[in-house]
Amino acid sequence: MDKITVDVAVVGAGGAGIRAAIAAAEQSAGCKVALLSKVYPMRSHTVAAEGGAAAVWKDNDSTDLHFNDTVAGGDWLCEQDVVEYFVTHCREEMIQLEQWGCPWSRTADGNINVRNFGGMKVPRTWFAADKTGFHMLHTLFQTCLKYPTIQRLNEFFVLDLLVDDGKVAGLVAMDMKEGELVQVRAKAVVMATGGAGRVYRYNTNAVIVTGEGMGIAYRHGVALRDMEFIQYHPTGLPGTGILITEASRGEGGVMLNKYGYRYLQDYGMGPETPLGQPKPKHMELGPRDKLSQAFWQEAKKGNMVRTPDGDAAMLDVRHLGREKILERLPFIRELSMFYAGVDPIERPIPVRPTTHYTMGGIATDAHCETTLTGLFAAGECSSVGLHGANRLGSNSLAEIVVFGKVAGEHACIRAKEAGQAREEVLEAQARDVETWFNALLAQKGPEKWAHIRDEMGLSMEDGCGIYREAPEMQRTMDKLAELKGRIRKVGVAPQGNVFNTDVLSLIEVAHGIEIAEAMAHSAFNRRESRGAHQRLDEGCKQRDDEKFLAHSLAYYVKDGPPRIEYGPVKITKLQPAKRVYGAEGAGQAKEGK
Amino acid sequence: MADRTMTVTVSRYDPERDSAPYLQPYQVPWSEKTVLLDTLQYIKDNLATDLSFRSSCRMTICGSCGVMVNGEPRLACKTIMGNYQQGMVVEPLAFFPVERDLVVDLSHFMECIEAMKPFIIGNNRVPSDGPNRQTPEQIAKYHKFAMCINCGLCYAACPQFGLNPAFLGPGATALGHRYNLDSRDCGSTQRLATMNTQDGVWACTFVGYCSEVCPKHVDPAAAVQQCKAAGALDFVASVLHCQKKCKEGSHGHAS
Repeated sequence: MDKITVDVAVVGAGGAGIRAAIAAAEQSAGCKVALLSKVYPMRSHTVAAEGGAAAVWKDNDSTDLHFNDTVAGGDWLCEQDVVEYFVTHCREEMIQLEQWGCPWSRTADGNINVRNFGGMKVPRTWFAADKTGFHMLHTLFQTCLKYPTIQRLNEFFVLDLLVDDGKVAGLVAMDMKEGELVQVRAKAVVMATGGAGRVYRYNTNAVIVTGEGMGIAYRHGVALRDMEFIQYHPTGLPGTGILITEASRGEGGVMLNKYGYRYLQDYGMGPETPLGQPKPKHMELGPRDKLSQAFWQEAKKGNMVRTPDGDAAMLDVRHLGREKILERLPFIRELSMFYAGVDPIERPIPVRPTTHYTMGGIATDAHCETTLTGLFAAGECSSVGLHGANRLGSNSLAEIVVFGKVAGEHACIRAKEAGQAREEVLEAQARDVETWFNALLAQKGPEKWAHIRDEMGLSMEDGCGIYREAPEMQRTMDKLAELKGRIRKVGVAPQGNVFNTDVLSLIEVAHGIEIAEAMAHSAFNRRESRGAHQRLDEGCKQRDDEKFLAHSLAYYVKDGPPRIEYGPVKITKLQPAKRVYGAEGAGQAKEGK
Repeated sequence: MADRTMTVTVSRYDPERDSAPYLQPYQVPWSEKTVLLDTLQYIKDNLATDLSFRSSCRMTICGSCGVMVNGEPRLACKTIMGNYQQGMVVEPLAFFPVERDLVVDLSHFMECIEAMKPFIIGNNRVPSDGPNRQTPEQIAKYHKFAMCINCGLCYAACPQFGLNPAFLGPGATALGHRYNLDSRDCGSTQRLATMNTQDGVWACTFVGYCSEVCPKHVDPAAAVQQCKAAGALDFVASVLHCQKKCKEGSHGHAS
C-alpha cells in the first residue's frame, strides 16, 4: 500500500476543510497538509449554500445581539463560550474572504452590503447575490492553490482512521482514479466531511452529503452529540427538495397558504408586517424550525396547496419587482424556472419543508478537538456547540470559516507535539482495512444498497420528521436495526476497482444507517420539545429544562443500538428563557432592557 | 419518475475489464420533470450498480455531471429527458481521457486552473485593515467570469483542445481573466505571461462553441479574445497600469 506522510490530514474539501488546510499551512511554514476529498473541492456541498454568512457589521449591531439571537435561536442548547468566540470572530473571517477575492455584494459606494435573515435581530448576513456558498467555496479553493505545502488529494474516499495508543496517526483512503488503497500518515486529522442529510429521503442536500466522517469517528468511540436536531428548511421545491434561499424572505418574500393568507401570523410570528417591509424576527423572518412547524400545522388543517409532490405553501416575491429579483435572487429564479416551471417574477413559488442541516455531529471541545487525541472536526460534521437545538440561517457559512480556522491551527499545534506512532501497529491496522474492503468487494447477496438507502430515508421522514411521537420513532428504530442486518446481504457487482462507486455507495449507506440510529435513539430518549425536536406525545410537548437542558451523546455499540448519555450545557451570560418571536418576542426584548 | 419509458444508450468502460468503451442501451421510465441525472441514478440503483458517473448538487451549481448528450456537452442535471424521445446517447465529455464509464480525467484542466494563479496577488491588506472598497461597477467588470463552475463543458466543446491537449483552454483562461479584471488584484503581469503563449490564448481559433455550451453564461470565448487583446496590444500598458494601481493603493478603505 502506498504511503503519503504529512503533518495534518484534512478530510473533506468544502469550506471548513479548505479553511482548516489554509490555517494549518499558515500556522507553521513547515506544516505539511494533505487535503482529501471524495469529490473535487468545487463539488463540495458548501457550493449550494445560497443566502449568506453572518457577521456583525452595521453600527446598530453588536456581538451581544448576535450572541443573544444565536443562543435563543438554539433554544438554549448552545455552548455559550463557543457562541461568544464565534460572534467575535465572524467579522474578521468575512473580511479575510473579501481580501482573498470573494465578491461580496456591495452598496453603491463600494462598502459591504448586508441583508436580513431569519431569527436575526439586525441585518448582518453578508452575501454574494444568492450564490454565497458558491463564491465562498471557489474563493477558498482558488486561494488554497497558492500554498505549496497543501497537497490536494482529489477523489480520495476515506475508509478509516489509523490510531495508536489512543492517538490518531493517519488514515486509509481509496484513490478512486487509481483504484488503490493509500495510507496517509498524519499526526492530526481534521474531519470536515459535512452533514448527513441524505439519511433522509427529501432533501436540499447534495447526494454526497452522506456523513461517513461522522460514521468513522463514531465507530472509533467518539460521541455524536445532539443528533436528534435535524433542520427542515421551510422552503425547498416539492419533489426534488432543491433549496430556495431564506434570502427570498430576507429580501421581503412572503409565505402564503392556499387562500393567499400569510398564515405565519397564526403561529406566534405575527402581527402581519406590511408587504415589502420585512421586520426582523417577525413573520417570514422567524427561525427555520418555527416556520417548518407552522407549515406542518397548516398542512394538517388542509390549508396548503395540493401538488403532485405533496402539500406546498406559496413563496411570493413578485412585489420585489423584476429588477431586485434579478439582482438579488437570480439563481432562485433560474432554479424555480427550470425545476418547478415557475418564473417568480410572475408567479409564487411552491415550496415545502425539506431536510437541510444536521445541527449535531462529532462532539468536540472549543478547539474543535474530539476525545480521540489528534482527531479534530469542523463544520457541519462537527458539534462544537454553536447551533444548539436549531441553527439560524447564515450562521453555518460563518461557522465553517471561523471553526475551520480553529481546527486547522490546533491540528497543526497537536501535530507538532505528537510522538512517533508504532509502525507495526499502523501496518496491521491498514491490513485490516484492506481485508475488510476486499471482503466488501466480494460481497454477494440479494439486497441492493439503493433500496436500503430509500427505506432508511422514508423511515427517517416518518419517525424523525418535523414532529415526532414515540410509536413512530420506535418503528424507525426497528427499521434501522433491520436494515443493519440487510446491508450485510448487499451484492456488489464484479468489476474493477477504478472509480468503483458501487462499493463506495455501499459504504456510505452503511455509515448512514448507524448515523440514523444515533439520530433516532437520541430523539426517542429526549422526552421534551426543544428547537427542531418537537414531540406530540403527552408529557413531551414542552421544553423541560430540569431534565433536558443537556446535550445528548450517542455512543457506538458494536452489533447493537447506540448508548445514549447526556452532558452539561455551558451557560455563561444568557439564562434560559421562553423562546418567542413576533410581537411577544419584541415585548420580551423591551422588558429585558 | 413515472409511466412512460424510453431507451437511453450509455457509454460503458471499465479499464480493468474492457479493451475499449462500448454502448449499452437501457430502458428507463421518465416523466415531464425527469432530468438525465435522475435517469443515470435510476440505472445505477436498479439496472447496473457498477455504472460510474459523477454527481453532487443536482442543481447546476457544483459542475460535477458534465457528459456528452448526442454529441453535445451538457450538464446531466440540466438535461430534460422528455426532449430526447427520439433517442439519447450519453458519453463521457469529449477530448478528456476516460477513467471509467462517464468519468473523465480532469487532471489537465486542474493544472491549467493552477497555472492561472487564480487568487489575489500583490495586495497586502490584512483583516484588521478592513475590506477593500469595490463598487458595483468594479464588480460588474469581472463578475461574469467569476461564475464558472469548472464543469469542463467548454473544453469538450473546443476543437483546439481536441487537437492540442496542452491548450490552456477556455475555462482556465476565463478564471485568470476574472482576477486580471478585479480591482483588488495586481497579478495580471504574471497571468498574462502564462496566457500569452503558444499553448495559451493564441492556440484559440475563435470557434466560439465554448460560450454556446456554457451552462452559466460565463462567455469564456470573450475572455480568451480580451486576453489576446491584452497580450498583443496592451501588454506593456496593462503592466504599467497595474503597477500604478498597486502603487497608489487604490483598494481604498471601507468602513
